[in-house]
Amino acid sequence: MITVQMPQDLTSVDKELLTITPIKSPQTAIQVRDLNVWFGNHHVLKNVSIDIPEKAVTAIIGPSGCGKSTFLRSLNRLHDLQPNARVTGQVRLFGDDIYGPKADPTLLRRRIGMVFQKSNPFPHMSIEENVLIGLRLTGVKNQAFLKKRLEQALKMAALWDEVKDRLHASATSLSGGQQQRLCIARAIAVEPKVLLMDEPASALDPLATAKIEDLIQDLKQQFTIVIVTHNMQQAARASDYTAFFYMGELIEFGPTKDIFTKPKNKKTEDYITGRFG
Amino acid sequence: MTALITVLPLVLVLWHLINAGTKALDLAFFTQTPKPVGEPGGGIANAIVGSFMIVAMASLFGVPVGILGAAFLSEYAPPKLRNIVRFTSDTLNGVPSIVWGILAYALIVVTMGRFSAIAGAVALAFIMIPLVMRTTEEMLNTVPSTYKEAGLALGIPKWKTTLFITLPLVKNGIVTGVLLAVARVFGETAPLLFTAFGNQFWNFNPTQPTAALPLQIFAYAISPYEDWHRQAWAGALVLLVFVLGVNVTIRIATNQVSTKE
Repeated sequence: MITVQMPQDLTSVDKELLTITPIKSPQTAIQVRDLNVWFGNHHVLKNVSIDIPEKAVTAIIGPSGCGKSTFLRSLNRLHDLQPNARVTGQVRLFGDDIYGPKADPTLLRRRIGMVFQKSNPFPHMSIEENVLIGLRLTGVKNQAFLKKRLEQALKMAALWDEVKDRLHASATSLSGGQQQRLCIARAIAVEPKVLLMDEPASALDPLATAKIEDLIQDLKQQFTIVIVTHNMQQAARASDYTAFFYMGELIEFGPTKDIFTKPKNKKTEDYITGRFG
Repeated sequence: MTALITVLPLVLVLWHLINAGTKALDLAFFTQTPKPVGEPGGGIANAIVGSFMIVAMASLFGVPVGILGAAFLSEYAPPKLRNIVRFTSDTLNGVPSIVWGILAYALIVVTMGRFSAIAGAVALAFIMIPLVMRTTEEMLNTVPSTYKEAGLALGIPKWKTTLFITLPLVKNGIVTGVLLAVARVFGETAPLLFTAFGNQFWNFNPTQPTAALPLQIFAYAISPYEDWHRQAWAGALVLLVFVLGVNVTIRIATNQVSTKE
């Protein structure tokens, strides 16, 4: 890592410019080594090793049943909920072994947010309550802080202007695309480092999809994003890196540009050219 | 024809109740305590209040146990334990209510050395627990797992997800179940016979024998006095109207909820 000494005579504007300039960071956010996952006797993920780069969008593609959702859920240990799940291998989130003996899945999930395939705002809560529930139920009581975070999260999810006058309306009064952005706001309100997205736009119309994709580009300035998608164009458009999974194995991983223009593996080429899947 | 056979007894009972019950219904019936034998008039105000007091206490004991028990069963218990508890709870549901009276008698009345509203409430709570538990569990099982996962994915501990996200999600169903249980135990007589015991006077102390509407009806009905018989009919009518009222309220409320969604 290179440390840059910031000159003391910079104006504040210069400093701001420096901090918001996107710096292509080669830093690894999640390091996965020999990850295997079984559900009962079903071997779902086989020896997956991958370095997911920080503050970039990594797309996970592959045919149905290839283990991409399981891979995503193994990163925040959500598949733990299945009683017959078994895991071997290592996953390190910024160096911390998330399957280690001292790892607490609850604390881990505060560092890794998740957005689901079908938008799932809590239907019995208002827009505001949905965004703040994660903070409130993890013990944050400071009203001023909550209010600030509410606005911040909704702005980051590009939803603030649409809902600022009806924060107390039911979450279900929103459109499908708005509901999904509300779920994104809910996930980022607890300030995770990583955002997992499981086909976040698959149930949305093209316009709402485009909004989510734009949003992903904004969010990657602050978060490491891992997105599972069925949609090849979406992977090509929205991601910096792409990982191709097939039958539980990671076949190929690299910069999206390379994967889509000069895949090294025959299977990857067949899949992205639509010959199977 | 079968419809007629089913409905006819109900209509006859209702008609007779209204006919016989309204004779003794007046303001005094709702505002006064029973008069000594031979003296006309008087009411059962203390029994009505006593009933509400006992049922409120029973709910206080029974509802949290039922709801938390259901939450444990549906979210935490291994499937084997879940089946055992479910079977036990269904069996308990079929136990004659007087058995719960005996249990509360042995547990509370004998220990305290006297009859009390608390003992009555405990007996009724035993009846409420399996009812509340079953409906709550059924409601919890209808919650799509995506909401539970959303809660957990936010880093909210599982118990908080269950208490503050999953349970409130099915709040309406749980309230319905609780009200049904309340309506059910409100009319229970047998478990109160040797627990709450009954009382001819006002009593607001839960550690003392307390009057209850079904007990008062029972006592009046087996008495040899014409005046008390009339009051028993009136009491029965009040009880029926209350239970009917709760059920109709539930109907309207659930209809509104389902049309809103």
